[in-house]
Amino acid sequence: MTRLISLRGVFLVLIAAVSASCQKEVNGGQEAAPDEELVAMPLQRPSNFPDIVYDTASNPITKQGFELGRKLFYDGKLSRDNSISCGSCHIQTSAFTQHGHIVSHGIDDLLGTRNSQAVVNLAWSSSFFWDGGVFNLDLQPLAPIQNPVEMGAELPVIIEKLNADSEYPAMFGKVFGSTTISSANLVKALSQFMLQCVSANSRYDKFVRNEGEQLSAEEQEGLSIVRQKCSPCHSTDLFTDDRFHNNGLPPSVVNDKGRATITLNPADEYLFKTPSLRNLTYSAPYMHDGRFRTLEAVLNHYSNGMEDLATLDEQFRQNNTIGIPLSDEEKIKIIAFLKTLDDERFVRDPKLSEQ
Amino acid sequence: MKLSFIAAFAAILIFSSCDKDSGSDFQPGDTGSITIEFDNVVGPNDLELNTGNYTNGSGEQFTISTFDYFISNLKLKTSGGTEYVVPKDESYFLIKEEDEATHEIELENVPAGDYVSFTFTVGVDSLKSASPVSERTGVLDPAGDAAGMYWTWNSGYIFLKMEGTSPVSTTTDKKIFYHVGGFGGYDSPTLNNIKTVTINAPFESSAKVRKGAETHPQVHVFADAGKVLDGTTHISIAENSMVHFSDVSADIANNYANMFSIDHIHND
Repeated sequence: MTRLISLRGVFLVLIAAVSASCQKEVNGGQEAAPDEELVAMPLQRPSNFPDIVYDTASNPITKQGFELGRKLFYDGKLSRDNSISCGSCHIQTSAFTQHGHIVSHGIDDLLGTRNSQAVVNLAWSSSFFWDGGVFNLDLQPLAPIQNPVEMGAELPVIIEKLNADSEYPAMFGKVFGSTTISSANLVKALSQFMLQCVSANSRYDKFVRNEGEQLSAEEQEGLSIVRQKCSPCHSTDLFTDDRFHNNGLPPSVVNDKGRATITLNPADEYLFKTPSLRNLTYSAPYMHDGRFRTLEAVLNHYSNGMEDLATLDEQFRQNNTIGIPLSDEEKIKIIAFLKTLDDERFVRDPKLSEQ
Repeated sequence: MKLSFIAAFAAILIFSSCDKDSGSDFQPGDTGSITIEFDNVVGPNDLELNTGNYTNGSGEQFTISTFDYFISNLKLKTSGGTEYVVPKDESYFLIKEEDEATHEIELENVPAGDYVSFTFTVGVDSLKSASPVSERTGVLDPAGDAAGMYWTWNSGYIFLKMEGTSPVSTTTDKKIFYHVGGFGGYDSPTLNNIKTVTINAPFESSAKVRKGAETHPQVHVFADAGKVLDGTTHISIAENSMVHFSDVSADIANNYANMFSIDHIHND
């Protein structure tokens, strides 16, 4: 047995020697060991949520990393002229959207073409933006930082700016073990903050988790209608399937083709990511271009406002008609239920606020 | 007894694993270095940024202000057919016309041999294109060397970028933009403009990689920027002054896949 093991050991050494003889070892650079005082802050999965999608093992969240990410999130230094932070268009009290703005106002007060999306429950998302063009949360912040109508910056300049800052290098050193700020560590810190933006404490959540909350008869009837008529897309307790659909919005002058911009597939024209139904009270206006100011307008669209486009989702074609048949009474019940998804603790959580 | 036998076997394995061509002037196990120079030209002329005036196959005049592209996943083959694959992590290069230091690719620890064939990807393979952010370093750093060669809104590298001006351009300022990328899509299939190119040494020449600093072969590659708009498909600037992520980019990628050739090889 001993011999067997030693022979195997020799063989492994051989393999290593063979591969070493052909390949130069890549040295990733010597980095200082992470500070021992780091406090783990693992992402908690609410019991009514599905499995986490983000690879948390690749970026273990610590209290210090989260705080660094929060500081970055609220820091205008990530924009060209230090005027726009992530938090400028993702405002906590608006459930991390830009309440009241159809499309977001960026640097030099320039306008984008889409409504800013909620930074909420992103650990459960496998793609980002209305068209899903980014497939990893860590790669997401690069887009708004560089977008000329959002933060308008050159990424290498931002990295340089942060490295020259009086506070950031030491903070990064503590969290990641290297005081030289790399783009990877910049976005990982931002991810650590964004991942902790979890909204799971609405009245509905407490109701389904049997935490002593009751929903009224009207709210429960609204829930039933949503589960019956809206759940193919607004599914699970995230209230989104994280997929792309054409929900019959007549294209605007912008003619945003949504998902097809990314796939170039004509079948994906005018498809957009299903948004969650959480926190709608705080996050008007609605739809990818913020065209509806009220939930009533949204429901009227679903019941009788859809345009019959070639790529309209099949779920909206039933009984030779398009849309979701909804009576006025049903709409009232749905809205009553939707309000139970407002998570006031989340929009007021001081831990997530600018410090 | 048994161990020493294995050790001897190991030695054979180590030496035979890297090269099987045993020439007279090198030993199995020898390694050396090789330089591949990417010399950007336009037809018979050297590429001159901003000042050179060129005419495409559609008779349209243009200038070039930027000409950058990724070269990756190099494989070298000897006259005897032995292939050497450059270790993946050392196999990403960004050639930028404006930065002369990037024109030469230096490969070290290459097994000795007479190399006649060179295969590489123009662009970045799909595996790397989909990799986590921590694996995007050096020329692949989207906030570093690859800034400007990366689509942040549609996660992926721009494999080749040619910009300039043309009097027939339909854009403001008469600028022209050809940004070609597309690794096939992350979870939904889409445009795949990854091109694998093989170029061969001119007649009876080879790059002789040997041990020691005295011999250092240099492979002089021409990359003809004129072929971007003229190859299998003639791209009219008036019709396509600005090409980003679109079907036309596939024609351009097919064009530039044929822009490389080995002009000559030095072995001194």
